[in-house]
Formats: sequence, structure tokens, C-alpha cells
Amino acid sequence: MKYSTFLIKYAEIAIKGKNRYVFEDALMHRMKLALKQAEGDFAVSKAQGRVYVDCNSEYDYDEVIAALSRVFGINAICPVVKVEYEDFDKLSADVVDYVREEYPDSTATFKVFARRANKAFPVHSTEMNSELGGAILDACPGMRVDVHNPEIELNVEVRESIFIYSKQIKGPGGMPVGTNGKAMLLLSGGIDSPVAGYMVAKRGVKIDAVYFHAPPYTSERAKQKVIDLAKQVAKYTGTICLHVINFTDIQLAIYEKCPHEELTIIMRRYMMRIAEHIAKENECLGLITGESIGQVASQTMHSLAVTNEVCSLPVLRPLIGFDKQEIIEVSEKIGTFETSILPYEDCCTIFVAKHPVTKPNLKMIKRSEERLADCIDALVKTALDTDEVINVI
Amino acid sequence: MIYLDNSATTRPFDEVTEYMMHVMKDIYGNPSSMHMAGVEAETEVKNAGKALADILKVDPKEIIFTSGGTESDNLALIGAAMANKRAGMHIITSKTEHPAVAQTMKYLEEQGFRITYLEVDRSGRISPDVLAQALSEETVLVSIMHVNNEIGSINDIRSLADTVKSYRPAALFHTDAVQSFGKMRIHPSKMKIDLMSVSGHKIHGPKGIGFLYANEKAKLRPTVFGGGQQKGMRSGTENVPGIAGIALAAKLIYKDFDSDIERMYSLKTYFVRELLKLQDVSVNGIPEHDPEDISDAVRQSAPHIVSASFSNVRAEVLLHALEAKGIYVSAGSACSTNKPSKSATLLAINLPASLLDSTLRFSFSTFTTQDEINETLTVLSEELPKLRRYSRY
Repeated sequence: MKYSTFLIKYAEIAIKGKNRYVFEDALMHRMKLALKQAEGDFAVSKAQGRVYVDCNSEYDYDEVIAALSRVFGINAICPVVKVEYEDFDKLSADVVDYVREEYPDSTATFKVFARRANKAFPVHSTEMNSELGGAILDACPGMRVDVHNPEIELNVEVRESIFIYSKQIKGPGGMPVGTNGKAMLLLSGGIDSPVAGYMVAKRGVKIDAVYFHAPPYTSERAKQKVIDLAKQVAKYTGTICLHVINFTDIQLAIYEKCPHEELTIIMRRYMMRIAEHIAKENECLGLITGESIGQVASQTMHSLAVTNEVCSLPVLRPLIGFDKQEIIEVSEKIGTFETSILPYEDCCTIFVAKHPVTKPNLKMIKRSEERLADCIDALVKTALDTDEVINVI
Repeated sequence: MIYLDNSATTRPFDEVTEYMMHVMKDIYGNPSSMHMAGVEAETEVKNAGKALADILKVDPKEIIFTSGGTESDNLALIGAAMANKRAGMHIITSKTEHPAVAQTMKYLEEQGFRITYLEVDRSGRISPDVLAQALSEETVLVSIMHVNNEIGSINDIRSLADTVKSYRPAALFHTDAVQSFGKMRIHPSKMKIDLMSVSGHKIHGPKGIGFLYANEKAKLRPTVFGGGQQKGMRSGTENVPGIAGIALAAKLIYKDFDSDIERMYSLKTYFVRELLKLQDVSVNGIPEHDPEDISDAVRQSAPHIVSASFSNVRAEVLLHALEAKGIYVSAGSACSTNKPSKSATLLAINLPASLLDSTLRFSFSTFTTQDEINETLTVLSEELPKLRRYSRY
């Protein structure tokens, strides 16, 4: 079937009152960017509360659907066959052709749902419904009409041309990226953080990211892995500005001066401090982590409370109630899983105590951190000054 | 950059690069074509075969060009096993073979062959007595590597092949000479080698090319089928630039051979001696020796490979610390670092478990200089104490 147009359905955007155009424009912007990933010439436009993609050249259907399926804000994609109106008999023939080709030898129930956006059109919609329905019944003996619960809802819309469509491909839902501010994702090489970034972006939030690199304990490949993960997430979120922070000296200082069972928790507190600093410098309104309660020692409720204490920005933890398997399912869906499981060491796993604290006490942790007083400010400053910024597209 | 990873791959000789460029630009005909362009390409291939045959003192028709060491091993083992299985289904190999041999053996095992894996001594060598005991009436093929790619130990191929031929004259003897060709003089017919694998990019030639020496009396079945090139032993249009490149590289590497090898041995002896002066460093692959005089023992191992174990330092971390100073080495062997599994060679020489993950390979080439070795030693002596301070528990 040759579709010349895709009709885009969106749900939540439609209820945003006077801001609606902001959301629609953001959606169209995101769609245009996404369609650059597909070969062909496409025009994105809106008319009468609908967004359309017109295909002005040859294109690959699967590629276009895949590109649009990554645009948050899209609820459904309807492939449309466009026909020109000459007279009603020709229109009936076109509709019958559509049904025959789209549903060969079908025994499904259907209903014709005609609309006249162009009121100059001579035939009324109720009349169109019955005439076109009759034509289909004549041509396709297996099919029956069911106006209440049809298996096929055949839309026929009269505009400058006539749009025929009946299929819907589910979109990712959510809201267009960029309509809800920006947040800073703490991105490691693991399974969770890319998923966390995806989930927050789905609600319209633009994403920047920070990665803590610890050479020579972590390799160039580990860093490349994080860039690859950011690339995969960026297919949904648009360009991600990735900050690579050299964390080695801070980690070594903590290792030398603080109790070993508190290493991870103190390390995470410094990561949060640094991430927040970069976030504020870059107009981010919150931090995002892939934490899920109880997954590891540093993610117990006690640990989260102690980690959270260093931040004033809201820390978004979209996976907080997810089990590992649920997180893996999303990561497989968004295509980050394969990369996440590559076996390169990341900075969280280099210096892990055999028995890390699971119920850290804030006072004790603060006291331990005092031991870093003479050096830590300078180390943090150096880390921030040597921030390497990579635009991941 | 100080490149000490020449067992992984080498920098092509400039002469090779330039000559291949000329072949690609000017001699692009298909050697099988009837016209002049084809004849020119065929001449190039013939001359290359002749040059390599001269170096090995064999007949040019005993050279089969392949895509590299791995394919040569596959062709030798699968080709010989399948062609001779009526005579017996028993194959002998060692526990320290390169994956190109080890994995092929695994495949043959699945095809019903019985495989004996010989133990090596502490320096990684197979003794002819151990081999003699393993030979049986059923043995059709013995494959033992010449120089081990991870620790540089040399097998006495001449006496091993001799053992095979005196107990079981019909059995074929294969050796993987990827690490020894260009570092030792090898004359297969004198040494009673039937099949021998060689790779181009380990001798300053191009990647994607290698050859199998196959004694014309050795029964071999092809493993790649098609247009019948190379007398049907390896179908596929010949890689003319690659073939020209490997032959030129071989000629160049054997040009000032004795002085080059002498220089590499003195570098290696110096390097090993200095390494052993560092704290808690041991060197693998060198036979038992008088600690006061290692030079004889070093000369019983390959001139270009030094395997050293650094206790209480993780190989990967030390590797990246050296990398940060511009020194490139490898952990274990480059071909197996993608897998977190332990090195079969290091296990086979009974290296203590604590050192399995603390072993680096330094490998030299004819380009390696005394200054580079000194620099490497200096960096090691600086980095080791630093890294040991933060060793993981």
C-alpha cells in the first residue's frame, strides 16, 4: 500500500489550553529532527488541530515508522492514502480499492466514519457513511457492518484531497522533549541510568548528562560505551550534552582518608555535588538518577537519604519502584541493553568494600567527609575545570 | 607513542604501504582474467608466492594465500582432519594454543574427533616425550604452536615433528607460526612440518592476508568453495595488494635478519633483567635459569615477547596507566581481552591465581629502541608503587 501521508495523533498535548501551540510546535520540531534519520523528503505541517507528515519522495515505510515511534508526544501514527475527488463513483471505487488491498478476503466487521472538513463538498457525511458502506458490502462479501464495535474503523476525511485511513501504529506517548525544561542525568555505563534518562525525557524534559571517568581504573572503552549509550538515548531525546568528569583523584582521596565501608556512599555524595554544580551552570532544573530502592547498598532508603542530603535541586528517580527485570525490559525496548552489558569496569565498581554500609548515618558520614577538608575543594575544582563536554547526537 | 604491542599487530613497513598503494592503483586486474590486466595481477601473485617459498625453501605451489592466521589455522585443521578421517579420528594439540586453533579443535570435537590437549612445562613448552606418549594408531593430525603468543615460549618444533614422524609417519604435523615467522628462520621441509600458518600483519605487512604452507603430499580438503582459485584449495579472487604486501614484508623482515634479531634479544634481556629488579615482578615464559645470568634462558624464548606479572596490580589498570603515558601494551593477548575469561596459557603454566589478572605482555618489533625500553621501565617504576597503594581488596 502506498501511503502518501501520516496523520499523527497526540493526546495530552491537546488538553494544554492556550499553551497548545507551544506543545504542537515542539512536537513538529521533534518530528522534523527525527525524520532526518529516515531517507526521503518529508514535510511536517499542522492543520485544523492535526499534525501531518507528507512524503514528497520515495521513502522506506518501516524507517519512517521507526523514526516517528521515537518522538515523545505521539500517541498514534495513522498511514493515510490520499485520493483526488472527481465524482462520487470514483471515490467509492477508491475506497473499495483501499479496503480490498488493506484487508484482502477479510471477514471483519467495519464502520465508515466520514468527515467533511471541506464543507463545500456536495455530499453530507451521513450520506457518505451509508453510500461508501454499501459499496464496500457489495465489493467484499465477507465483511459486515457494526456501527457500535467495529473491528475496522474506516476514516474518510474530505479536505483539499480525500484522506482514507484505518490503521493506527502506537507511538511512545508522553510529551515533546523541550516542553518541560531540562535536567541533568547521572549516566554510568550500567543498565539503569539510560532508562532513567529515557523516562524523564518522555515527560518532555530535555536531557544533559554527566559521566564520571576514572582513568586509569576505567578505560577509554568504558567512556566510549557511555557515549554510545548517550547516543542511543539521544535518538529519543535529541542532542545530549555529555559532561565527562575526571573523578580519579577525588576517588583516591576518599579511598585514602575515609573508612572503606563508606567509600561508595561518600563517592556518590561527591558525584551528586558535582552533578548539581554542572546542572545549575547549565540551566538544569533537576538531577536524574537510575536508583531503585534497595538494588545495591548505596540505594537503600537510608543511603538515598544520605546521598540526597547534598542536593538542593530535586532529584528525579523514575525507576525508584522498578524491579531489575522491569528496568531491563525497558532498556531492551529502547535499545540500550546490549551496550549496557558490555563488560567494562565503571567508576562505581573499582573500589568496592566487601561490606559497604547499608544504613549509613548522616552524622558519621559528615564526620568522615571532614577528613577530606584539606584537599577536596581543590580536587572538585580541578574536576570541574577539566570537564570535557561532548555533544552526543 | 611507545608501541609495545607488536604481537597484537605491527606498523606496516612504509615500503609495504607504498607498494600496496601502487598495486591497488595500477594492478587492479583480476588474476583470473584472460587479458593483460589479469596477467599482470597474476604475475604479482606468482612473484609473491615465489618470494615466500624462497624464504621457506619450499615449492611456490605449497603456499596457499588466506585472509590471515585464523583462516590458515582453520584450513589446516579442518582441511586435514576431514581429508584424513578415514585413517583415524584422533588429534593432538596443546593447552596453550591461540583461540584460532583451540576453537577449531572444539568444532572438530563436535564433529566426532577425539582431541588430546597436551600439558606444557612451567615455561610453556611441550616436551617430545609427552607428545610421544599421546600418539596413537588413530592419530591423524598434531597441531602445536611454534611461539606462544602470550608468553613467548618456543616449542622445539623440529624434535616435536620428528617425534610424530618416527612414531606415526602418516600423521600430519601443523604448527601455528604466526608469532615465529619473521622472528626465527623456519624451513618446513627440513623440520618435517606439513602445515604451517602465517599472518601478514604480525610482520609489518597488511591485515587481512596470511598464508598456509601445505606440503604438497599432505592431504587437505578446502574449506572455502567457489571459483576454484589457488588450485581449488582456497576459492575467492586473490587479495592481490595484500599478497604483494605480505611478500614484500617477509622479504624486508628477513633482510637484515640476524642483526635485527640480535638487537631484539639484547633489548629483551636488558628489559627482563631490569623488570626483575622492580619489586614483586616476575617474568613468564623463560626456562629455568641461573638468576645471575638470564641471557641464555632469554635466548630460549622468542626475541619479541615479554610476559610479566605484577603482583597486587590489576593488569587492566596498569595497562591504562601506561597508556596515559603513551605506552601501549596488552593484558594477556589482544585477541582474548574482549572476554573476561582467564588466559588458558597462563593457567597452563600454573601461574598463581593471584597473578592471572596481573599479567601484561610487552612485545617488541624491529622498530623498538633502547630509549623506549628505558622510558617504559621508568614509567613502570613510578606507576607501580602508586597503583599498589590503591589496590583493591
